[in-house]
Amino acid sequence: MTRAGATIAVAAGLMFAAPWTAHGQATSFAQVERGRYAVVTGNCQGCHTVPGEEPFAGGRGLETPFGTIYTPNITFEPETGLGSWSKDDFWQAMHEGIAPNGSKLYPAFPYPHFTKMPRQEVDAIYDYLATLPHVKKAKPENDLPFPLSWRFAVTGWNWMFFERGAFQPDPNKSEQWNRGAYLVEGPGHCSGCHTEKNLAGADKASRHLMGGQLENWAAPGIRGGRNGNLERWSEDDIVEFLKTGRNQHTAAFSTMSEVISFSTQHMLEDDLRAIATYLKDLEGEERATPAKPDEAVMKAGAAIYFDNCSACHVSDGSGVPRFFAPLSGSGKVNNEDPTTVIRVILQGARAVPTEAHPSPLTMPAFDWKLTDAQVAAVVSYIRASWGNSAAPTSASEVRSLRRKLHSAGPS
Amino acid sequence: MARKLPPVDVVLVGFGWTGAIMAQELTDAGLEVLAIERGAWRDTPTHFPTTSAPDELRWYWRKEMFQDNARDTLTFRNNRSQTALPMRRWGSFLPGEGVGGAGVHWNGQTWRFLPSDFEAASHNSERYGPLPDGMTVQDYGVTYDELEPHFDRFEKLCGISGKAGNLKGRIQEGGNPFEGWRSADYPNPPMHMTFSQRQFEKAAQDLGLHPFPGPSANMSRAYVNPLGCQLAPCTYCGFCEKYGCGNYSKASAQTTILPVLMKKPNFTLKTHNEVLRVKLDNTGRRATGVIHVDVNGEEYEQPADLVILCAYQISNTRLMMLSGVGEIYNPVTGEGLVGKNYCYQVMSGADVFFDDKFTNEFVGAGALGMCVDEYNGDNFDHSGLGFIGGGYIACWTTNARPIESQPTPSGTPAWGSAWKKAVAANFLKSTSVGAHGSSMAYATNHLDLDPTYKDAYGRPLMRMTYDFTPNDLTMSAYLTERVREIAERMGGREIKVNRRTTPYNSMPYQTTHNTGGTIMGTTPKNSVVNRYLQSWDVSNLFVMGANVFPQNAGYNPTGTVAALAYWSAEAIRSQYLRSPGPLVQA
Repeated sequence: MTRAGATIAVAAGLMFAAPWTAHGQATSFAQVERGRYAVVTGNCQGCHTVPGEEPFAGGRGLETPFGTIYTPNITFEPETGLGSWSKDDFWQAMHEGIAPNGSKLYPAFPYPHFTKMPRQEVDAIYDYLATLPHVKKAKPENDLPFPLSWRFAVTGWNWMFFERGAFQPDPNKSEQWNRGAYLVEGPGHCSGCHTEKNLAGADKASRHLMGGQLENWAAPGIRGGRNGNLERWSEDDIVEFLKTGRNQHTAAFSTMSEVISFSTQHMLEDDLRAIATYLKDLEGEERATPAKPDEAVMKAGAAIYFDNCSACHVSDGSGVPRFFAPLSGSGKVNNEDPTTVIRVILQGARAVPTEAHPSPLTMPAFDWKLTDAQVAAVVSYIRASWGNSAAPTSASEVRSLRRKLHSAGPS
Repeated sequence: MARKLPPVDVVLVGFGWTGAIMAQELTDAGLEVLAIERGAWRDTPTHFPTTSAPDELRWYWRKEMFQDNARDTLTFRNNRSQTALPMRRWGSFLPGEGVGGAGVHWNGQTWRFLPSDFEAASHNSERYGPLPDGMTVQDYGVTYDELEPHFDRFEKLCGISGKAGNLKGRIQEGGNPFEGWRSADYPNPPMHMTFSQRQFEKAAQDLGLHPFPGPSANMSRAYVNPLGCQLAPCTYCGFCEKYGCGNYSKASAQTTILPVLMKKPNFTLKTHNEVLRVKLDNTGRRATGVIHVDVNGEEYEQPADLVILCAYQISNTRLMMLSGVGEIYNPVTGEGLVGKNYCYQVMSGADVFFDDKFTNEFVGAGALGMCVDEYNGDNFDHSGLGFIGGGYIACWTTNARPIESQPTPSGTPAWGSAWKKAVAANFLKSTSVGAHGSSMAYATNHLDLDPTYKDAYGRPLMRMTYDFTPNDLTMSAYLTERVREIAERMGGREIKVNRRTTPYNSMPYQTTHNTGGTIMGTTPKNSVVNRYLQSWDVSNLFVMGANVFPQNAGYNPTGTVAALAYWSAEAIRSQYLRSPGPLVQA
């Protein structure tokens, strides 16, 4: 075991060692800094880095319902990275999803969001990426079936689902709201995870930011207005969550850990507040009252909860805010889709360590200890207790997730 | 031939409490620090999650939590007329191994030694006349006043739960009125007491004593330490000592320092590598680094400007001997200093059995207790008593783990149906009161290298020669009577007094508070390290741990071990780095 964590070289000195840029123009510190910050807002590092390896050198496999897509190396290494790209090439990729050779990029690369970024912002990203240490690392071949492996197929997708064009502010809203909307819908590409997808893998417009599913996680809805999943969160709660990874309601883990580690904890508080303002203005949909679990299930769930969960999450589900997530009122617990709750019980979860909260407080896995029926009972109990209101789950639902996760049961 | 590695500024040998403290302090000073640990990486969710932390059979009875004594152990004898034999299974004490060291499986009872404990020789001889023949007690060379800020720092790092008894000289109701002055109260309020502690408190008050809550590294509430690390409220599950805490509720290197330290680019940790010896240059006055070996048996030379021994007391002392730093103590001639003043502690107590009251001792925590300190150190007049030293008396409810806890009244057979019946009748209705007795150094108790037995690398094992001394047995008998007085007043049906008798038996668990061997002091003639824990002989070698205690006080040692580490780190940062060399002129 050696020291953990990679160091990102962003020292000003590196700037002078930067390779030539497309047009040979001077890259001022302000320009590079603007690019660095834009890269933070877009969480480029998250997808373009294999955890524990060189930042921005790509090679990370993104699991999609269609197969695995590997991210490219976005350092400026000439052979395997972006070294031979011009600024116009980069703009075309970001704005239109088209590679320099004219081939179409898969929308796993969120160009439908990045298209909202203005040219100056995209140029600044280019100038920043140019300062990064070159890493020679070729991108693995995507693991996609035909005809998806045929990039021309994306043409049809773009025709149906892609709308090119920079963000247009809404003049009826405040500057702060518009900044938030830009960050959420543009570089932040929040709907990549938090919006349900149609059969073609594109956002369902009618379900915008109402929650999605990816890589066997249920991403909760993040609409903060009436009936939204974040209705109970204040703007301060949203800001605190994005800045520190924890707030009085929950702690971030799994994919959101990366977003916070690489992106939101490094963002300006004004920007986080803008995001909160925008999200709090988005109303949700009223939900039908869900069915209650059987009394026998509630009784079994209560007993399992008391023995296994109550030490940290407390007997009334109130948890220890910012340490052990409260379950009462939790958006993840009350999500219509129980995938995340089941998965956390099966595999455990690690609260993201951040600059504000360096301790990686972790819930252990229970897959080896609890049967499918026991997991289902405790999930159903949690979802119907202490004011929570979400439908019960079943042993078969647990079994099917277990299969997808290759998680063995108790022996 | 050892492969030579690129040099570092500092190499730390062992990575428990003192290693983590030193690493944090010296990386903050900008140094490139490498810690070498012979055991494994260990963290809460991977190695002792709540789902497997409370496994009594695995961690304690099968000794999975402790140093692997199939590879390295020590040999033991009571006196020089005996032949020492290897301890093949830990008993009386439980050294740790792996990241966090024994600080992973401690109870968390976090004390400051008394001001007079640091001046045991001068203080006692001034008050009671010359020390007896053969007693080799001496002053630490550092005072309580000098250590106070460092005690305070450690208490805040750990989030100690407690109640101050002496705030800047003003005695506080409900705290320990005998403690040394403290600059601030404990960062957290006392633990929640149970029935047993309340009974103890009343009994002690009836006797005119001043009971107070034991200082605890188990959290009485959620706590964020000055480094930003989070410790969660204790759940009173009763698996502290001998176990890792799955709930992040016990201060350890893992919960208080590592989340911050492990991210630092100027810190590296190498696990599963054992340091074989400190390498000296040809003058023998300067350490050039260490020699260590990996799991494949590959040897490495790790050059460093500063070498700091941070392993357990036994290992630190043995490494000094194996490296040829200083001369090994010879009790016959009185020459040599390394291995001198090995001390332990003398524990005794009484069980209290109730008829109609449930004590429910399974609701416990490592440092959940009420204590009295009237009979510790020199808090009472020893005139005519025939001993110096003492200890605190406490009613701790640490656990009622089923394999370990079978309290039975006097007269119960040791096995069979009558024993079973007695265990069932008393399991939920008993408690205990203990005396935590000090240990004064004598010429006869010491450590050296065993002439026969060797470890996995062919190095001689440490040999321990130890028995209880007349001073300590007299002290223990006196304290046990005080225990009896309190226990009798706690409202039980009957009590059972458990006295400590000679000879010392290395098998039943007593306490992991081994001290001495590389003692600190005022001159190179009486000590191995100076007041800053710096070797007198090799000025770029520092030695942490309870091995520097010249004798052992009537308290758990971790608070003082940590305060000394912070004190030493400050001396390195503020003095040594500016001008490397001896910090005290001999």
